[in-house]
Amino acid sequence: MSLTYIEAIHQAQKELLAESPDVFIYGQDVGQFGGAFKATRGLSDEFPGRVVDSPISEDAMAGMVIGAAVEGARPILEMQFADFSSVAFNQIVNQAATHYYRTGVQVPLTVRLPSGGTPGSGPFHSQNMESLYAHYPGLIVVTPATVADAYGMLKEAVMMDNPVMFCEHKFLYNWLRAEELKKNALPIGQARIVRSGKHATVVTYSAMVHEAVKAAEMLSNDGWEIEVVDLRSVKPIDLDTIMASVSRTGRLLALGESYPWGGVTAEVVSRVVAEGFHLLDAAPMRLNSKDTPVPYHPDLWAAHRPTPESIVVSLKHLLRL
Amino acid sequence: MLQTDDAESLAQIHHGFRSMVTSRTLENKLSSLYKAGKIVGGVYLGKGQEAISAALGTVLERGKDVYAPLIRDQAGRTAFGEDLLDVTRTYLGKVTGPMRGRDGNIHRGRPTEGMPAMISHLGASLSYISGMLFARRMRGELHDAIGAATFGDGATSTGAFHEGLNLAAVEKLPVITLVVNNRFAYSTPNDRQFACENLVSRAEGYGVRGHHVDGTDFLKCMETMNIAAKAARAGEGPQLVVADVLRLCGHGEHDDAKYVPKNLWDESRDCMDVAEQQLLEKGFLTPDEIAAMKEDARLKVQKAVAVAQREPTPDPYQDDWSALGS
Repeated sequence: MSLTYIEAIHQAQKELLAESPDVFIYGQDVGQFGGAFKATRGLSDEFPGRVVDSPISEDAMAGMVIGAAVEGARPILEMQFADFSSVAFNQIVNQAATHYYRTGVQVPLTVRLPSGGTPGSGPFHSQNMESLYAHYPGLIVVTPATVADAYGMLKEAVMMDNPVMFCEHKFLYNWLRAEELKKNALPIGQARIVRSGKHATVVTYSAMVHEAVKAAEMLSNDGWEIEVVDLRSVKPIDLDTIMASVSRTGRLLALGESYPWGGVTAEVVSRVVAEGFHLLDAAPMRLNSKDTPVPYHPDLWAAHRPTPESIVVSLKHLLRL
Repeated sequence: MLQTDDAESLAQIHHGFRSMVTSRTLENKLSSLYKAGKIVGGVYLGKGQEAISAALGTVLERGKDVYAPLIRDQAGRTAFGEDLLDVTRTYLGKVTGPMRGRDGNIHRGRPTEGMPAMISHLGASLSYISGMLFARRMRGELHDAIGAATFGDGATSTGAFHEGLNLAAVEKLPVITLVVNNRFAYSTPNDRQFACENLVSRAEGYGVRGHHVDGTDFLKCMETMNIAAKAARAGEGPQLVVADVLRLCGHGEHDDAKYVPKNLWDESRDCMDVAEQQLLEKGFLTPDEIAAMKEDARLKVQKAVAVAQREPTPDPYQDDWSALGS
């Protein structure tokens, strides 16, 4: 029986609730309704009092689960959309992220952020927040690109003692399927070589992994072998895997769906340049969305984010074609 | 009225007053140390707010209840059982303190002992303590424990305060929300902070019980806090307590508070004087006992400062520069 990405998240949460009495889920419409994307469907009946509807109060929702985590609970906070976590920003970056450093008391909290663009979602239901959260000390930021990672990394995240921002991509929710959930997944903090190659490296994460693979397939018709690295977690970042790949290919494209100013792709380029300048045969490149809010119309949206076609253009430039 | 013939109530009154005396003594010392350049960072005092703060700290039980004090709650912290060394070590930036030099002054606490360390962003503690109580209730470990968080008039204007109180009300959590209206948020007077007649009227809007008390009247503060705590313990949900005082100092010791009109100073009364007079009049304490209390506080404060002053500050070469736990 195959599972979708969102079903894998549901399955992970169901198992977590069953395995640990400390786990609970808090968020808007997560109870009887089962969540805006049905990630908690049926769970409030199965686990009474542990899958709880919140008021529309992202700040207080985050503060509440932080306090609960300090008391030893392992809360999962579902933000209805990653975009709305901006309202909870203070609690996340100033309360949760500083807590261990200041007090020595850890906050075993997982914040699920339904992230990224889908056609017709517009400026406020499409954003990617991973770069913002990764900027702050004290947070782990993960960006699963596969069904297996959506499942395995969520299970790992909730059992971690540090706060984890779990950036799940809405575009992958229903079309991405897997036949089975691998139980021996890589741990958080390790990147994965999705596709090996020798001419150029694309370092990416989340939904863009699939766009990068499509671009690599398009170029393979002309004999180009593109290596695709899926970061899996953007913080901590697996620089070893990135550097090993760049040392094989000599060329780097850092690819992300989030806005272009600063962020994960800038971090990847700066680290590779600073620590592996001598490995590079060409100036490294970045490709992100455009520097505007995420547009509503599907035609505008498709042109706003990187696509296999625009990734191919970048790669051809990188390969001096 | 308070059952003043009740031994437990008398013990409460003594405890509360003793905490006020200790707090005022300590804060006067901190002010001197600040002026002598001995403090790392700022000093923020609770002068004029000791009665209401101590009343709250007194009705809470350390080891059972949770208490999120704010900037002007030295009296409440002391009443709740905070070690004076936690205060002096943190103000002096000592590595031996609970914050180990990583945070300072009033941003201190012991979260696993029921006292979170405040962040500077006002209102944020209300949902935090609600979560602490929620977690305990979910595990069936709440029993009759309660939580309390304190705020000034300025904090009531934040979204976090509104969201937090509403959430606590929706969850019917046993939370005392204390708002001490000291008439100035830094320099901003009440008429630039809120437009309602009295902040306690907001209780109705949140669907919680409201209490209004003169924060300079120590015995009234004790009575009100006992009523609020009893109601919260009995499962009656959040209690909003609004206490009126005047801040008898600047926002911090760097601030001369010249913006406070002179007539306000002239009309104000110090809760310390009121409390002392009340206890003498009621015969709860004798002048000698009060004098002994003050002397005891002086010695304890002196010792806490002296001990902390001899201790080391953090060593940047030895400190663990990791923001994540293992």
